[in-house]
Amino acid sequence: MSQPFSKRCAIELDRRAVMGVGAAFFAGLAVRAAHATPELETAMRRFTGGAMVKSGKVTLDIAPLVENGNAVGVEVLVDHPMKPDSFVKSIALFTEKNPAPEVAVFHLTPRSGRAHVVTRMRLATTQHVTALAQLSDGSFWQDTREVIVTIAACTEE
Amino acid sequence: MATAMILLPRSAIRAGDIVAVKTMLSHPMETGYRRKENGDEIPRDIIRRMVCRYDGAEVFAVDLHQAIAANPFITFSMVATRSGPIEFEWIGDNGFRHLQTAQINIAR
Repeated sequence: MSQPFSKRCAIELDRRAVMGVGAAFFAGLAVRAAHATPELETAMRRFTGGAMVKSGKVTLDIAPLVENGNAVGVEVLVDHPMKPDSFVKSIALFTEKNPAPEVAVFHLTPRSGRAHVVTRMRLATTQHVTALAQLSDGSFWQDTREVIVTIAACTEE
Repeated sequence: MATAMILLPRSAIRAGDIVAVKTMLSHPMETGYRRKENGDEIPRDIIRRMVCRYDGAEVFAVDLHQAIAANPFITFSMVATRSGPIEFEWIGDNGFRHLQTAQINIAR
């Protein structure tokens, strides 16, 4: 009597287990794809308009380990000529775990000569920082770096 | 009153050179996330935008958010075309506006 029941149960379990593992796998993939929280994804989509973002061209230079998250030097260089018919239109910086994902959007022109910007930013905690660049042909390029922060910004004095 | 520092290369600049322009404005960039000891929120007070105009065009602009450190420091590049003023404008919360010009001299 108990044989068919336990068998059915085992099959049922198996199917659930398989589906569960599958779901977890895809969820994991989706999250890992961009280190993206929903806020970060929304902010990045606002910048790209949903366009595909390729890796390359952009070099995000930021220290891999910083002591003080209150002022972290960050430098972005886009390897692309700045000619009137083909140039880097804008560079945007985003964070994964700050209270707001946006950091800055730099607007460049052919008269910039070089797509190179430097600033100092706040980092609330250890996280990924992403630089996106929009070219005049409408394509988007990115670079992401992880920064380990030992003293965070935003903490009370 | 806020004060700004604008740094251009010290070496001779020729027409067509790409020059790095460094700017820094004294400003707290208060995020609006912090609280006072009595629990009251400290209201947001940040610089939202910096614009650079030179030789008849807006050559650079940047939109800033709370994640920019206090005393916003921005470096960018531009092509030197002719001697004249470079105009910088910072715009922020609570009607903040700061205008400053720097002179660029092209060597011949």
